[in-house]
Amino acid sequence: MTITKRLSHEYLRKGWMQVALGIILLLPFAIGLSLLYKAWPLLAPSGLIDVLLGSEWSPMQGKFGLWPFISSSIIVSLMGLLFMVPVCLSAAIFITQFAPAWLARSLRSVIDILAGIPSVIFGLWGVMTIVPIVGDLATSYGAGNATGYSILAAGIVVSFSVMPFILNMLIELFESVSIELKESALSLGASYWQVIKDVIVRKLKPGIIASFTLGVSKAFGETIAVLMVVGNVVQVPKGLFSAGYPLPALLANNYGEMMTIPMYDAALMLSALILLIIVIFFNYIAHKVIRYYHARI
Amino acid sequence: MRNSNHVSSIIDQEIIRKDQAKGLHNLIYVKDLSLWHGKQQTLKNVELNIRDKGITVLLGPSGCGKTTLLKTFNRLSDLYPDIRTEGSIFFEGKDILSKEIDVYDLRQKMGLLSQRPQPLPGTIAENIRYALKLKGIKAKSEQDDRIAHYLQKVALWEEVKDRLKSPAGRLSIGQQQRLCLARGLAIEPRVILADEPTSALDPISSRKIEEQFKELSQEFSIVLVTHILRQAKRLADYVAFMYFGEVIEKGRPDVLFEDPKTETFKEYLFVGH
Repeated sequence: MTITKRLSHEYLRKGWMQVALGIILLLPFAIGLSLLYKAWPLLAPSGLIDVLLGSEWSPMQGKFGLWPFISSSIIVSLMGLLFMVPVCLSAAIFITQFAPAWLARSLRSVIDILAGIPSVIFGLWGVMTIVPIVGDLATSYGAGNATGYSILAAGIVVSFSVMPFILNMLIELFESVSIELKESALSLGASYWQVIKDVIVRKLKPGIIASFTLGVSKAFGETIAVLMVVGNVVQVPKGLFSAGYPLPALLANNYGEMMTIPMYDAALMLSALILLIIVIFFNYIAHKVIRYYHARI
Repeated sequence: MRNSNHVSSIIDQEIIRKDQAKGLHNLIYVKDLSLWHGKQQTLKNVELNIRDKGITVLLGPSGCGKTTLLKTFNRLSDLYPDIRTEGSIFFEGKDILSKEIDVYDLRQKMGLLSQRPQPLPGTIAENIRYALKLKGIKAKSEQDDRIAHYLQKVALWEEVKDRLKSPAGRLSIGQQQRLCLARGLAIEPRVILADEPTSALDPISSRKIEEQFKELSQEFSIVLVTHILRQAKRLADYVAFMYFGEVIEKGRPDVLFEDPKTETFKEYLFVGH
């Protein structure tokens, strides 16, 4: 093969990689821009604040207040976080610090299986088990909505569907701590629990915060499992037992009709854009947290 | 092998008698200690005395069991559920390996300096403060005084006194190791267990740690694990040579290095690693 031929081959291969890289880099911008373009007809006349914080949603009258959806999304993902943190942290600590090797191995394969379960199954399971339990709870508390299809049910189900993902990150994180560091702390006369609390968790704090931030972001975007148990009533949730209507559910339930009502498509595109921005924002925060602590520890 | 054990044990008795005549005492007695990692035996009938004050060097090639022996002294071996021991280690009149021993108390009497420096997350001051808290010293002013004291003791004070609140991880590796030594001293141990403490350091930092050890050996019993022959020659007051889980030869360095009894040790001295 001549040198020019070889060089041109080399160049061609490199060129391919650059194209592939370009596609990946441009994709989020392309999606974001096309969403913005489609949302513009709604955004331009009403203004961002009115659309984001307006709570009246009547597409037939041309009212597109997104606050019921945004607030539902925020509450559901925060509730998911609330359930996630204690369970995931204790499970990760148990698996990496206390469980005998054989048990840790089998627990890890259970987590992998959980991670592979499609979220529609989590949703279905939530409908059959979580919703009735929440319904009973609501009845005993005398809540207005006693069906069980609620923010609370959605928070629980979303935490389950996101847990395997976070657990895998946390386990990897906890396994990164060297046995020598543990030995050094133990040698000072610390108990095993003190070592975990004061040394290991403290050392891993940025990674733990980042993992949960990514978890919230995933919960925010979780669509089908939440949609199945949250009730899908357009309202700003007034309590744990009240039904809600998160952004992804809005999109999934209504994309079919968006062409039939004027401006409906723009409203849905704007919801999608908000969802995209929030998820990217959370990922950015996770990244920042790690950078910030890296400079300090 | 059995024979060599016998020979060194006679030498040992002689040394004990001489030591006691000089008023020197043994602090730790290892008696017929065997240890298994699962089915694999890593220590075989170890007999060893660690003198009060001075530096005892555990010398031997990698994988000979010297670190394992060191970690049974402060029961870090408890971390590994598949470790099983037989025999005893007597310290302050009690068998360290017995179930009744208070391991937290034991570990505070045996400070550990590990192979690579292991600063705790947090600042330089917090590293020592944590040890002081575990020791039960609660008053902040007392803690501050002691932090300064121990940093001076390892000759780190001048280098870090203006940045006590900066992260310990930002110190150089050599400084980190001296910080870890200061932290270990802050729990007021009787024994310092050092597991190849200079293996990650540059020559100048290594020399500093060695100088510290020489000084500290006036006050503490130091058990130093090393595979560096020259370091053993520089520091040892007493040497035990280990090979495949056995203590093959032991004694004073002047006697031992001049007149090795076994072929294995002769070869080790000749190759010099």
